[in-house]
Amino acid sequence: MAKGMREIKRQIKSKQNTKQITKAMEMVAAAKLRRSQDAALAARPYTEKIREVVASIASSGGSIKHPMLETREVKRTAYLVITSDRGLAGGYNVNVLRKVSTALREHKSANEYSIFVIGRKGRDFFNRRGIPIAEEVTGLSDSPSFSDIKSIAAAAVQGFEAGKYDELYIVYNQFHNAITQTPVLKKLLPLADLESTGSKTSYEYEPTPEDVLNVLLPKYAETVIYSAILEGKASEFGARMTAMGNATKNATKMIAGLTLTYNRARQAAITQEIAEIVGGANAQQ
Amino acid sequence: MSTFTLEIVTPERKVYAEDVNMVIVKGTEGELGILANHVPMVTPLRISSITIKKDRTEEIIAVSGGFVEVRKDKVVILAESAELPHAIDEARAQAAKKRAEQRLGGKADEYDFRRAELALQRAMNRLAVKQRG
Repeated sequence: MAKGMREIKRQIKSKQNTKQITKAMEMVAAAKLRRSQDAALAARPYTEKIREVVASIASSGGSIKHPMLETREVKRTAYLVITSDRGLAGGYNVNVLRKVSTALREHKSANEYSIFVIGRKGRDFFNRRGIPIAEEVTGLSDSPSFSDIKSIAAAAVQGFEAGKYDELYIVYNQFHNAITQTPVLKKLLPLADLESTGSKTSYEYEPTPEDVLNVLLPKYAETVIYSAILEGKASEFGARMTAMGNATKNATKMIAGLTLTYNRARQAAITQEIAEIVGGANAQQ
Repeated sequence: MSTFTLEIVTPERKVYAEDVNMVIVKGTEGELGILANHVPMVTPLRISSITIKKDRTEEIIAVSGGFVEVRKDKVVILAESAELPHAIDEARAQAAKKRAEQRLGGKADEYDFRRAELALQRAMNRLAVKQRG
């Protein structure tokens, strides 16, 4: 019996260690979540402003044409996949990668798509499956700056402009709140829903509306990518917080169960010992 | 002197939001000074410094990858980066300048050449603003 008890004791100890770690991770994720939420909010005015200006140019004259606004026949599709560098974030990466896999399965051959990936988890996923990656970024900081992601965003947008592919999708976890994040597959290019919202100001453009649009549209697309990454980060910490919260709860429950078993075993051992002593004493009489 | 609101916004945050008298920017078509009640307009900016005049004081900010939107009531400058002189890391700008110069000196294809050129412009712009600020 004593041996079984030692075993249980060891298990309790190990669960306690795990609980300590998950608890710490939960708290760290909660703190980082706040910060990344703030960053996502701070990026919003910029995105909205560019969108407003682009929309007002696009709607001002019907004659304006730009390759990024035109739908063309789809021969090749690009996906920009946003994942995390580290695991232990619940379904965060799995959900996004499943979404991509489903989309990829609809293509007949590997020539029909290219993949841009952010985050080690996503990169490893595609590498394992032998899917070629056009460009990757790993080791992004927890609050990425615009210049950190500028190169991959610009590469994705330029590929579209150069006609390497005819559609650009962005796959990431949309952030609702700390508990819910939904993976979404969003079409980024060609830009479609650019109807202007709210105030309509007629601007003068220097040098011409087309030239301004030429500068602004790629910028706009890059900004959308940036805000998706920020949202992805917030989702990551939300998912990790929830996952670690659950892990802590489970550990607590297991420790309680094991403690009960341990006490029972201890009591049984004591009872047995008493019975043995009493039995021995009786035999001597 | 009449004032208007000037906002400078980058993807990361709002860098500047104050009532000012005049702002001088370098657009792709040339330099322009904007006073209150300017006609609404939009123009991309060069990698350059913008000068802000406010109650006889002057401020200078380094911007890159930006454009300016003039509205009836306010002026908004959107830029990929916008830095006040005290926020500029001089050593880093010097290093970036040196690196870009080396790249321009060596053989490179057109794409790399363009990139190095832009990097050099940004570095020199930062250094110039730092010196004036």
